[in-house]
Amino acid sequence: MNRSLRPLLATALIFAIAYALAVMQFPSMFSTRVLGNFLTDNAFLGIAAVGMTFVILSGGIDLSVGAVIGFTGVLVAVLITWAGMHPVPAFAIAILVAGAFGATMGLAIHYLQVPAFIVTLAGMFLARGGASVITRDSVPINHEFYDWISDLTIRLPGGGRLSFIGLTMVAIFVIGALIAHRTKFGSYVYALGGNPVSASLMGVPVARTTVAIYTLSSVLAAISGIVFSLYTSAGYPLAAVGVELDAISAVVIGGTLLTGGYGFVLGTFIGVMLLGLVQTYIIFDGTLSSWWTKIVIGILLFLFIVLQRLIFVASAPGEKAQKA
Amino acid sequence: MAETGYALEARGIVKIFGNHVALDKVDFGLKPGEVHALLGENGAGKSTLIKILTGAYQPDGGEVLTEGVPVTLNNPQHAQTYGIGTVYQEVNLLPNRSVAENLYLGHQPTRFGLVDRRKMERDSIAVLARYGLNIDPSSELGAHSVAVQQIVAIARAVELSGKVLILDEPTASLDRNEVERLFEIIADLKKTGLAVVFITHFLDQVFAIADRVTILRNGKLIDTKTLDSLTRTDVVRLMLGKDIAFSGATKLEENRPLGDVLLDFKNYGRKRSVHPFNLTIHKGEVVGVAGLLGSGRTEMARIMFGADAADEGTVSVAGTQTSIARPTDAIGHGFGFCPEDRKAEGIFGDLSVRENIVIALQGKLGWFSALNRDEQMEIAGRFGEAMDIRAASLDMPVKLLSGGNQQKVILSRWLATDPAFLILDEPTRGIDVGAHAEIVRTINRLRDEGLALVVISSELDEVVAYSSRIVVMRDRELVAELNGENINPGVIVQAIANHKDGAQA
Repeated sequence: MNRSLRPLLATALIFAIAYALAVMQFPSMFSTRVLGNFLTDNAFLGIAAVGMTFVILSGGIDLSVGAVIGFTGVLVAVLITWAGMHPVPAFAIAILVAGAFGATMGLAIHYLQVPAFIVTLAGMFLARGGASVITRDSVPINHEFYDWISDLTIRLPGGGRLSFIGLTMVAIFVIGALIAHRTKFGSYVYALGGNPVSASLMGVPVARTTVAIYTLSSVLAAISGIVFSLYTSAGYPLAAVGVELDAISAVVIGGTLLTGGYGFVLGTFIGVMLLGLVQTYIIFDGTLSSWWTKIVIGILLFLFIVLQRLIFVASAPGEKAQKA
Repeated sequence: MAETGYALEARGIVKIFGNHVALDKVDFGLKPGEVHALLGENGAGKSTLIKILTGAYQPDGGEVLTEGVPVTLNNPQHAQTYGIGTVYQEVNLLPNRSVAENLYLGHQPTRFGLVDRRKMERDSIAVLARYGLNIDPSSELGAHSVAVQQIVAIARAVELSGKVLILDEPTASLDRNEVERLFEIIADLKKTGLAVVFITHFLDQVFAIADRVTILRNGKLIDTKTLDSLTRTDVVRLMLGKDIAFSGATKLEENRPLGDVLLDFKNYGRKRSVHPFNLTIHKGEVVGVAGLLGSGRTEMARIMFGADAADEGTVSVAGTQTSIARPTDAIGHGFGFCPEDRKAEGIFGDLSVRENIVIALQGKLGWFSALNRDEQMEIAGRFGEAMDIRAASLDMPVKLLSGGNQQKVILSRWLATDPAFLILDEPTRGIDVGAHAEIVRTINRLRDEGLALVVISSELDEVVAYSSRIVVMRDRELVAELNGENINPGVIVQAIANHKDGAQA
């Protein structure tokens, strides 16, 4: 069996078992209402995690995601509430700004040969600082377009609702999976994560691919920021602090190798759902401190890193001969 | 095809790096349907020439012609469009992706903008079948052996280019059966009119497959000949340069009563690295190791020192069987190792001379008995004087010293641990004459003091001068042990070139 499938199966299995256990304790967790809320509540995280999946598959990291979400939220809120703009052009502007931001980071990473960690760390401070310069306060958004989107839901039997933003996340996952697994660009992303030297010798356009990856990540972070503003009806410069770390966790729990080259977009979806499940369980329980979420995520992350290590060490092909 | 009859030709190629002339007016012609071996020791300019032929470097003089037409090759991808494909020693593919994707990456068939995986895998099966490979194209490349990966790399190069195939040490990590398999494939490709450049350190392989051979030395073209007109000895002589055959001036150290057996390696070896060898080393003797570069000399040294663990055979130290799986084990038994690549594996460039000298001793003493500064100064000063290390101060960074003084520092490092056995890999390479003599003197002195030494060197005169015995490596195998009176560099060249058991792939 393809060994990169094993962590994915492990994640799926853990999710199934955890969900079954949760349902045994709280039968009401097995309802379309809870499932619908799963999607809605984690939409912004899921969308950002799709971008993060591409970045990590290519062997990089993007620490600017949370800051870009916060910046986009503020930018959109300011454009709508202060400048009186219609949300749709405001969204377009936000996506363009984020795209340029991501492209710049990609250019710096490729041409200056600076580690992605450092470049995106700088990007994180820039975006977060930029958002705080625009405003220090939460800017509420009251626009009929926002109300209209909030009402766009599909009612499910059993009282659940599929919201627009939940469906947006699902759509982005589907498109992301197609790009990763069925396009040349996707194969270049995996190639970079596998071995950048080989990739360039095999004719992969390394510069173009790197820039595209970070642009994609920032654009998805911007969409995530828009979704977050739809979810909270406000823009706040300190929103979504640390979301990049949740996204990285979801990607790794979803079976993507942190060093790149192996993984699936679908795995990230299960990873996000698993994180959501932990949170929902703690809310249902009611007596547990919400910090338990962090502890469980920590344990899961650790478990998956060990698991991946074991799988890849156990099935490593014969070691290469030492060179003279 | 133009009148030159060459698929790929280089005329008067000059390449200069800084002050160093890497290639000096080299001509090279490759005919369709031939396997052309490119030989030379490391640094002779083989890889520079290959990089120019594949567009990775631009020549500073001369021109490259494909089918008689001068061309400028901007990069390997550009060379590919002229039909020139390359397979490197390290398989430069993606072990994390499927076999099919490795064959077609960048050229995948698409349908509606999406990769048509089914067509790609169907095509892959057809392509691989031509190379006698019957593997699942959707399987991960990394799950296959290096040999299969190598064949996939060749298939990719031939599919995408199709006129010239350059194989840069393709057999370096293959075992014998795999090499045979590869040679069958090359022979088939030759029949289809493909021109093949074959680079290797293994002479047997050259004689097994090549039609013509071009030999480079120090950036100069020595000769291009058909192989039928050459013997192995001729080739070795052309590669090494000096007509050393019968200089005969030097002899091995006269036989002296052997000391006690210190080390006994029995069937000691490591897969894909060195064939099992037997070697007994006595106290107070110097065992010289001769062989061409890449013949497995360094690998043997690394295994002896535990830098690479042996996976078969046994070793006993002073009569007791033991295991040396890590350098720590080796140091515990009183071994020391001065590696070939001083800068990368020997010195700690930014640390001082003093720290470089005491580091092995400190490692041996462990965490809890740190040498204080005075003790360090005392030790460093003692060896600095004994070894005549020329440094302005013992506290200056060792990277500022000359190569010869760096070598003395590394030797001192091991001598400070009071070793019983030292392995020196090319101890005199790249150092000046004075330091050279100093090191040879030190080797003699240490032997007289009862140390056992293994010294690897390409300088045959030198090996003969200080060795009590000489072992010869060829194709990662210990092939001969030379003893007694009549050993001179000529005999060693014969032993390196000679062939024990007929044609082997």
